Amino acid sequence: MNIMTEAGVEQKLSSGTNAPSIKMKGEKVSVHYGEKRALFDVDLDVREHQVTALIGPSGCGKSTFLRCLNRMNDTIDIARVSGKITLDDEDVYDPKIDVVELRARVGMVFQKPNPFPKSIYENVAYGPRIHGLARSKAELDGIVESSLKKAGLFNEVKDRLLESGTGLSGGQQQRLCIARAIAVSPEVILMDEPCSALDPIATARVEELIDELRQNYTIVIVTHSMQQAARVSQRTAMFHLGYLVEEGATDKMFTNPDDKRTQDYITGRFG
Amino acid sequence: MTDAISSFGAVGRPVSIHTDDAAKARLKGRYRTETWFKWLGAAAVALAGLFLVLLLSTIVTQAIPALRQNYVTLPIDLSAAKVDPAKLDEVNYDAIAQEALTAKFPDVTSRQDKRLLRGLISTGTGVFLRKDIAADPGMLGGTVDYAVPLDDFADLYLKGLLADVGSDEAISTTVTPSQTSGDIDLTFGDDAMLALARGHGATEGENGMLTLTSGASSLLVAFNGGTVKLTALSPAANGTVIAKGTVIEALDSTAPAASGQAFLRVIETPEASRKISDKMIVWLDRLKSAGLIESRFNSIFFFTGASREPELAGVWGAVVGSFLTMIVTLAIAFPIGVSAAIYLEEFAPKNRLTTMIEVNINNLAAVPSIVFGLLGLAVFLNFFGMPRSAPVVGGMVLALMTLPIIIIASRASLRAVPPSIREAALGIGASKVQTVFHHVLPLAMPGIMTGTILGMAHALGETAPLLMIGMVAFIVDIPGGFTDPATILPVQIFMWADFPEAGFQQKTSAAILILLVFLVIMNAIAVILRRRFERRW
Repeated sequence: MNIMTEAGVEQKLSSGTNAPSIKMKGEKVSVHYGEKRALFDVDLDVREHQVTALIGPSGCGKSTFLRCLNRMNDTIDIARVSGKITLDDEDVYDPKIDVVELRARVGMVFQKPNPFPKSIYENVAYGPRIHGLARSKAELDGIVESSLKKAGLFNEVKDRLLESGTGLSGGQQQRLCIARAIAVSPEVILMDEPCSALDPIATARVEELIDELRQNYTIVIVTHSMQQAARVSQRTAMFHLGYLVEEGATDKMFTNPDDKRTQDYITGRFG
Repeated sequence: MTDAISSFGAVGRPVSIHTDDAAKARLKGRYRTETWFKWLGAAAVALAGLFLVLLLSTIVTQAIPALRQNYVTLPIDLSAAKVDPAKLDEVNYDAIAQEALTAKFPDVTSRQDKRLLRGLISTGTGVFLRKDIAADPGMLGGTVDYAVPLDDFADLYLKGLLADVGSDEAISTTVTPSQTSGDIDLTFGDDAMLALARGHGATEGENGMLTLTSGASSLLVAFNGGTVKLTALSPAANGTVIAKGTVIEALDSTAPAASGQAFLRVIETPEASRKISDKMIVWLDRLKSAGLIESRFNSIFFFTGASREPELAGVWGAVVGSFLTMIVTLAIAFPIGVSAAIYLEEFAPKNRLTTMIEVNINNLAAVPSIVFGLLGLAVFLNFFGMPRSAPVVGGMVLALMTLPIIIIASRASLRAVPPSIREAALGIGASKVQTVFHHVLPLAMPGIMTGTILGMAHALGETAPLLMIGMVAFIVDIPGGFTDPATILPVQIFMWADFPEAGFQQKTSAAILILLVFLVIMNAIAVILRRRFERRW
């Protein structure tokens, strides 16, 4: 894993005295799906070792923005991204950037748990293996174990690592997906509504996990649940109809938002 | 809405648009339609099932006789006087076998009859005999009992397929012959024979004379150790009947046969409309009653190549030809088809060109197969000068035909892999190729295999394109390689169905049965694969 250079990182949007440095930065990010514009000039910073929550009603562009951060939109033929997104001041859409390397650095957890239909071990080991992170079987075993531990799943599955990952419960599957993302030692983890398919208990478990992971990773999470955003995030960004409405510290957003639309949305008046 | 509200307010239970009479009628109508549909569906399925059963039972009943072949065991003289052990290849084995047969019938003397008699055993006898002697030289040096395959007509007669033969019935009167051989007169003690002859198509002449022409059933009278075929009957004095007849097998004596000592056998099928003469029938019956005829499993049919003689024709050559052709088809169509499907589904940009390619691949699946045959003829044979009738060319033509099927099936099963799996792999930094080959393709493989097997089964049953490239040639040898001339099962069936010999009818059905067995096996494998690897996400 790279050691990040703190030098040269902008600190202009600092809300406190020792504000964390900016890990990813979006400037005038716009996305078109064919003729339709889904995102309008979004400027949004993601701070290191913080959880940034993206909220907003359905179709507001929050997932679209999230998928720009690791260029998952590349897989959609008709999607066109303009503007600039940087990871440690490097433009991720620079032709010189290798998208495989980018996605190793910016991992992703999806809305629906999507473990590979392989064993639990294989699910976690796949990433380190293709990136050549382990030089020996023992080292790979170590990565799998520590990833599962970090995802809080190890104790539940340690006796059945060779059983299929699809045989786990929904919440366990989602934590397996998180373990799989952690296993490649990303710097940023993107989570696209990771709890929407889970029951409240599994949700609580994943939320706890997100808070723990914040110590080591930078997290961006898209969520439909206001409570979840309030519980897990330090900063919140409100999207509406493809525009970034407002962005700020979560405390402030949920108590004293600047924009009326944010106010209405978090109080449940629309959305 | 207003209607609904207005219908409320009736006394007692409120009547809504869902409970009034009109609604009940509508509901009833709906159920009626459903019942109709259910019955129509069941009827359609039953009809289809009925046809299937009909088809299969016809083929099976036709094919069963071909699974056995009748052999006659003859004492073959293989002593040094007949067979010189030093010159095994120069011996006329056919003649030796024929001698052994004619020796069984010393009273058959005329050249014509001898030729008929020799025709009872297969013309391939010499070949079998030579092969068996080469394999077991211990047979030489004396007389051995050797089972000789019967000729197709004799074989079919014994299977009861050539003539409608009644059972022997005792004649309840005396029969007196005038001579023991040649054309003779028979005197019957009563006139029961007249009615019988009338009943079997005898022609009425002057003075009540009845003539049994070759258009009438054959009436054979067996007594005194011989057989006489009746040709004409006329009433005589004292209610007796004098019949003219031809001796087929010489009688022992001219002594009258007492009531119940002579037997009448009626061959219902007139001699003119069957392929086997009365004489041959009598001889065969003699061999049979001597216990020399034996019905065996027809190994000739399963393990030899094609022949113009029905009793010598086998499917093995066609089976091997089909197998070689299928190997070529699979080796070409599978890798190309799957690669094309992966490229089009996973990598190709969606633009005008790829859309056009897609449409054309789909159209290609609907091109009549004979067109592929013409293409093979024009390109592979005429332009590239590849060998005619060869499995390699047949396989290439069938590969062209199977390609669109494999591509379409593979694309469908690749598309059925949920995008979440692709996203999961891409999300942890797998490259496009890694995503496809590590995750998508293994998950799509059962579907691809199923499509491929069904495509191959389709190709296995294909005839038309192979006619164009000369795989319809008459090939006796079993093909030994991909460039040897060969034919394939469906073409063999097509050829046999075309041959006039009655013996090929059963062979055709049996070959169809073999083809069906292969197809059922392939489809079963496809079903098992689908069941086995079916995944749910």
